[in-house]
Amino acid sequence: MEKIIAGKSVAVNEEGYLTDFKQWDESIAKELAAEAEISLTPRHWEVLTYLQTEFKNEVPLSIRKIGKSGVVDIKEFYQLFPKAPLKTATKIAGIPKPASCI
Amino acid sequence: MKHLVILGAGTAGTMMANHLSHQLEKNDWKISIVDERKEHHYQPGYLFLPFDIYSPSDIIKSIDEFIPKNAELIRGSINKIAPKENKVHMEDGSELNYDVLIIATGAKIAPEETEGMKGIEWQKSVFDFYTFEGSLALRNKLRDWQGGKLVVHITEMPIKCPVAPLEFAFLADSFFKHKHMRDKVEITYVTPLSGAFTKPKATEALEHLLKEKNINIESDFAIEHVNNENKTIVDYGGRVIPFDILVTVPTNKGDEMIERSGMGDDLNYVPTHKATLQSKEYANIFVLGDASNIPASKAGSVAHFEAEILTDNILHYINGEPLKEEFDGHANCFIETGNGKALLIDFNYTHEPVEGSFPFAGIGPLRLLKESRMNHMGKLAFRWIYWNVLLKGTHIPFVSATMSESGKHYN
Repeated sequence: MEKIIAGKSVAVNEEGYLTDFKQWDESIAKELAAEAEISLTPRHWEVLTYLQTEFKNEVPLSIRKIGKSGVVDIKEFYQLFPKAPLKTATKIAGIPKPASCI
Repeated sequence: MKHLVILGAGTAGTMMANHLSHQLEKNDWKISIVDERKEHHYQPGYLFLPFDIYSPSDIIKSIDEFIPKNAELIRGSINKIAPKENKVHMEDGSELNYDVLIIATGAKIAPEETEGMKGIEWQKSVFDFYTFEGSLALRNKLRDWQGGKLVVHITEMPIKCPVAPLEFAFLADSFFKHKHMRDKVEITYVTPLSGAFTKPKATEALEHLLKEKNINIESDFAIEHVNNENKTIVDYGGRVIPFDILVTVPTNKGDEMIERSGMGDDLNYVPTHKATLQSKEYANIFVLGDASNIPASKAGSVAHFEAEILTDNILHYINGEPLKEEFDGHANCFIETGNGKALLIDFNYTHEPVEGSFPFAGIGPLRLLKESRMNHMGKLAFRWIYWNVLLKGTHIPFVSATMSESGKHYN
């Protein structure tokens, strides 16, 4: 389905995750963050960039892996993206929700 | 004489030894299977032990009983694999040279991964039911427990038998009802997932059952530590859940031997090709069951389906032929729902569990994703099948290694 985010029409799935990363840009991230009641600081951007890099390298993401990444520890990850950080952060980063579970 | 070595004589390793003992040319190949343990445990039985449905003797038999005569059982601890030298180093200093290696060393709990989990309350009010000792300690606790807050908890995925904690919650509901004390027990199911299960349709059905049985669900809970003093679990977001009994599934990891060999990922699972079951790094190493990192359930049924396909692939490999990319992640699991009923789910990498009939389309007799007594009888009968059919590597009639889509109600 299509959704208008930051004045642009982008393709999203039923949970609101972008289905085409090429359509992502910073203004979209800001608006998705606002929907989750987060205002993005430089620290947020570091984490988002890390997640996008891992996605491009096809590394499956998990809370454990992020905690060991050296970029952010789990505690801070929760402070930056409260409640369900991995789900929230990946949505803002414009990458798929991790299927870390079987 | 060539040498095929299997590491681990659990469900997966034992099945492979039996399959291959019929298939490999006896004059050309010697089969060895290595395990340090003396007992073979029927792990699904750990779920029933705490509720006095099974006794220890239902669960434990000797490893030797299931190893084929023409395979050598080597009882010893493995130090590490030296994959570049095609060697296994044993703890006692001896070495095994192999031409083909099958890793089936499984997965086990690692409570030490979570702060405070293996603290002073371990096996007093904090329990696991993924080990025989844990399950037995829990049985003894539940026998005369007077009630309170029972918290059933998953630390992180992946875990062996991802439905087992749900089954535990359902069986606990049934157990306390029969003891006429259900009103004294508050049951809460705590999961790092967003819902009761990992696949949408099954989650819907299972959440309905949780509600019906008055079991609370706390989702998206990523545990940071267990507080032994206050008897609470605390997540990274600061959420606190109190317990009188905590039944947790700790982090599951592959064997430390995999780490010592430098062959695992961050949870000691061996990177494995998901359709052929060949190691991603070494052509003469194959990985079966819980030890691999393939995105299939860590369950005996999966190992069973894998074993049929891996047997063919080992023969292809030995004959220098291309491997079959056939394994589809097929899993088939009964889910005990209490009161003598169970659900059945049948799924693979690409197809989530849905409603339908099994194994005969439109006939059954088993119903998929619906509670029935017949499913429960199936689960209980399965123990007999496990010891008498499955471990021996005999094909289970009408149940194919790859999943069948017929009889299933996909949209």
